[in-house]
Amino acid sequence: MTIVFERTKGLTDVETHYCPGCTHGIIHRLVGEAMVELGVLDKAIGVAPVGCSVFAYNYFNCDMHEAAHGRAPAVATGIKRVHPENFVFTYQGDGDLASIGTAEIVHAAHRGEKISTIFVNNAIYGMTGGQMAPTTLVGQKATTAPGGRSEEHSGRPIKISEMLATIHGAKFVERVAVNTPANIRKAKKAIIECFKVQLEGKGFGIVEVLSTCPTNWGMTAPEAMKWLEDNMIPYYPLGNFRRPEEAE
Amino acid sequence: MEERIVIAGFGGQGVMALGQLLTFAGMTEDKSVSWLPSYGPEMRGGTANCNVIISSEAVGSPVVTESTSVIVMNRPSLDKFEKTIKSGGKLFINSSLIDRKSTREDIEVYYIPANEIANDLGNSRVANMVMLGAFLEATNVVKKSTILEKAFTAVFGENRAHLLPINKEALEKGAEIVRG
Amino acid sequence: MAKVLMKGNEAIGAAAIQAGCKYFFGYPITPQSELPEYMARELPKVGGVFLQAESEIAAINMVYGAAGAGARVMTSSSSPGISLKQEGISYIAGAELPCLIVNIMRGGPGLGSIQPSQTDYFQATRGGGNGDYRLVVYAPANIQEMVDLIIEGFDVADQYRNPVMILGDGMIGQMMEPVEFKPPKRREIPEKDWATTGTGGKRKPNIINSLYIAAEDLEAHNIKLQAKYKKIKENEVRVESYNIEDADVVISAYGTTARIAKTAIAKLESEGYKVGLIRPITLWPYPYDEFKKINPNCKGILTVEMNTGQMVDDVKIAVEGKFPVHFYGRTGGMVPTPEAIIENVKKICGGEI
Repeated sequence: MTIVFERTKGLTDVETHYCPGCTHGIIHRLVGEAMVELGVLDKAIGVAPVGCSVFAYNYFNCDMHEAAHGRAPAVATGIKRVHPENFVFTYQGDGDLASIGTAEIVHAAHRGEKISTIFVNNAIYGMTGGQMAPTTLVGQKATTAPGGRSEEHSGRPIKISEMLATIHGAKFVERVAVNTPANIRKAKKAIIECFKVQLEGKGFGIVEVLSTCPTNWGMTAPEAMKWLEDNMIPYYPLGNFRRPEEAE
Repeated sequence: MEERIVIAGFGGQGVMALGQLLTFAGMTEDKSVSWLPSYGPEMRGGTANCNVIISSEAVGSPVVTESTSVIVMNRPSLDKFEKTIKSGGKLFINSSLIDRKSTREDIEVYYIPANEIANDLGNSRVANMVMLGAFLEATNVVKKSTILEKAFTAVFGENRAHLLPINKEALEKGAEIVRG
Repeated sequence: MAKVLMKGNEAIGAAAIQAGCKYFFGYPITPQSELPEYMARELPKVGGVFLQAESEIAAINMVYGAAGAGARVMTSSSSPGISLKQEGISYIAGAELPCLIVNIMRGGPGLGSIQPSQTDYFQATRGGGNGDYRLVVYAPANIQEMVDLIIEGFDVADQYRNPVMILGDGMIGQMMEPVEFKPPKRREIPEKDWATTGTGGKRKPNIINSLYIAAEDLEAHNIKLQAKYKKIKENEVRVESYNIEDADVVISAYGTTARIAKTAIAKLESEGYKVGLIRPITLWPYPYDEFKKINPNCKGILTVEMNTGQMVDDVKIAVEGKFPVHFYGRTGGMVPTPEAIIENVKKICGGEI
């Protein structure tokens, strides 16, 4: 018998707490595989956020540090400055990174901090129960926007990748999605390229991953995938915003 | 013995440095010392002052509320600190920039035209050293040689050593005024 | 080593470097900015890193990361900035990481003033952030003591895996005094085998964390923390006391206020008054037991602070109702004078208050 698929060594052998149909599992696997393929798992130090991926420290098979809400890039900065030879990454959701942690992510990018960030954008606060995020689409319902997000009241959703791509220290910025096998393959390629930017000492890198939240969106998993494609991708276009050679 | 000294003037008149010279010299002569500056907005263009204590005992409060000596480089400083001098204490007035006399009769007052003397020496910035010369002559708190040989380069850095001769002259001129 | 004349804020930096601190994360605020400036100048010379963070919040979280990574690390700020750091301090205490935090206190509340104060006593000694935790809090009264406590404080932090706070004020930060850097008496410091260094493929992953989602786990974690705090209380109390067995009045004061009290006591003694002093050097753990040694016929305790009466609560706990506890303080950046302290002591002696 030939083994055609197995769990990556980049993840621990435990059940995750994620809801059925949530794409965090896919993104975890891509990050784990990328670390194994680049041979950096043994020197990796990850920083987990507050939000749905708060327990990420139990899932990544490397040293992990649990940060306060939004502060992962600051914690990662402290770690990287102590261990510049190690591979340091943060794994953050959109409430964590795009709301309470905007100062930390902007300034990590601004310093050209040699860390890598995986930014999971599912347009909602998942862990706390479906509240509106800065990334929630106009018209999208949330428990704190029961009539749907109003542009008049809350503005238009923030586009983090586009914003960070204006910062010189951000050397790799790409937005991907994990709604189809083809997009998942592109996402992994982007994650690997992003990690390489750190390993080559070039500066800060971030991959924004459009993700689903069937539970809080009130959909089945396939419906959520379709909603992502029909609603999120048109507003949050996929693609690369910045490579090191462009950051001059 | 305990000397509790207030040195005050405009920012830029060298009052902080004057205090540090005294403090460093006191330390070098094995006394207990402290230097406490005013800080904040008043440093930026307003009145700056520092409190220096030189004592044979451990220094308690670093804040000088009742002074043994006051050195004032400008008029607002005289108005503010004249009243803090204890009876029998000493007041050193930069008469180049202060147009009034002291109203105290229970203290010794010295009028030093520090800026005029400094200008005559060719460097207006040594006015503070003229005041220090007068102060040392009148009080003998620390030795002039300690100021010149030890404290000067410690406070201003080795790269200012070439300014030592003019500063020495300034000290002497200040002392001469007190000697009369 | 010979004595050098140093500004308090710079002496803190020199002491930290002497103690092997290699990392400083901070943000400018008066009256402590000479410290980050000193570190920016000096840390690179010893192969260390100074980083000016985008905020106090980021700075303390950088400290959190660096401490978790096994480094000797510190931050400093002044009152409003320390308030911002409370989130990170709580996480650091929860995750049991060692670090040194310096608070050069200024007047409050809010933006307050930039002049010296002691108004963060409650914040420092009662936790400050969320949760049931303690910092070891030192209140040095002069620059030499501050230097000694910083050098030892890093060891204390490592020994107990607990954040240590140096609580000074604008006065001690800005003033200059002679200081001598003496090698500390070394403590036994456990290996940091819990740090995030990368597994190297040789061990299971290390996790730095303060999250215990199961109630029984979090309770167990808190019981463990409390056991540690008990040990600190047993071993780390520091106090200076003077003439308390014989005193008619005992003054209790800490930090720079205590040295002002000493000036007052010297004058009172020359006039024939018998006045003692209890000067807590650790504000937590608090030297409650020292108050048991006070002359049973003492007429009262005078607590003197640069606030409106915060330590007075601890003094009342300490005297167990045996003596009246009086308070004299100035606040807002005003500094108590020896003369005012003398007046208050005389009133207590004369039964006027």
